[in-house]
Amino acid sequence: MSETALHLVFKISDWFDLFAHYLSLSLLSIGGAISTAPDMHRFLVDQQHWLTDAQFNASIAIAQAAPGPNVLFIALMGWNVGLNAGGMLPGLLGVLTAMLGILIPSTTLTYVAAQWGHRNRELRAVRAFKQGMAPIVVALLIATSWILAGTNGSSLKNWPMWLLTATTAVIVWRSKIHLLWLLGAGALLGWFGLV
Amino acid sequence: MSSSPVSPPPDPSSETRPQPRSLSDLFVSFTLLALQGFGGVLAVVQRELVEKKRWMTREEFIEDWAVAQIMPGPNVVNLSMMIGARYFGLKGAMAALAGMLTVPLVLVLLLALVYAQFAGHPGVAGALRGMGAVAAGLIAATGLKLFGALKQNMLGRRLCIAFGVACFVAIALLRWPLAYVLFGLGSAACVLAFRKLKP
Repeated sequence: MSETALHLVFKISDWFDLFAHYLSLSLLSIGGAISTAPDMHRFLVDQQHWLTDAQFNASIAIAQAAPGPNVLFIALMGWNVGLNAGGMLPGLLGVLTAMLGILIPSTTLTYVAAQWGHRNRELRAVRAFKQGMAPIVVALLIATSWILAGTNGSSLKNWPMWLLTATTAVIVWRSKIHLLWLLGAGALLGWFGLV
Repeated sequence: MSSSPVSPPPDPSSETRPQPRSLSDLFVSFTLLALQGFGGVLAVVQRELVEKKRWMTREEFIEDWAVAQIMPGPNVVNLSMMIGARYFGLKGAMAALAGMLTVPLVLVLLLALVYAQFAGHPGVAGALRGMGAVAAGLIAATGLKLFGALKQNMLGRRLCIAFGVACFVAIALLRWPLAYVLFGLGSAACVLAFRKLKP
């Protein structure tokens, strides 16, 4: 997809390294896999030269634009590494390698912890955890929204973007309108350059 | 409003309230949730599972979301797995996880294949920007709705506001790393809550 395409020869041990890299990042990805993206860039682009910069950035951008969880950018990175290593089949192998690597440790740990917490939900410590964390994670949502709204620039010039974000927030908060209408409206406004 | 008191949370299996009928119901439900989630699925999960299907209360949603946040891994993936596990154990977790990832994965690969042709089109870039701004608003709305559920929090109104504001300032304005904020503020809030709870 980029003019300076990479042509890799992938050995079994390289696939293993790719898998091991994602395995090792999985338990560090507190707050989502995107928080470990800088380390992925260091490994995949700078150190191994398995991905170009353009492929790395496109993987994140496409996954965020597409429906579904943003963690799919990991799948796209695996896909692009596989494409560089020979084509569609290695691409699919790359998808599997990367996704299993990033997901297996974290989902296992979360599952075990959640089951334990549910079994022991009467424990004082578990109740304290849930009550104590509640205001923080709710505020975190507002903070996340703030950061996302600012990714296109936080200067006053971008006031239509901020207005669109704020209007959306109020409409969704106060009404039962289907969310896809709002996303469609946002896409139209953007298409015609109004925001 | 939920009718449940502050604590302990009711056991979902013992109540007559809506819940997923089967593993395939879970799979299909989560697939549909994921496919509506442009720029993040959380807002859709809250809207559909709490407000429409009523599988869980706002309080339960916040509790699960707290665990999903603090654990490593993609938050929404963690959350869907935990919701699936509430009803059908490990099988439910797998069904919800598969629903969340399978079809969107195919879709994102297809998108990647056509992306190169259209990436440079100014309309496409603009549309993505517009959807990004809306997605940011959806997340804010989710936060605003869940604020109401904090009324029953045993930390009390003042402490909830204090922790909320501190969290917002640290993450949104100071841009501190999430892990420090979650563990720093989180442990302070949990210790306070622990003290307020009777042994």
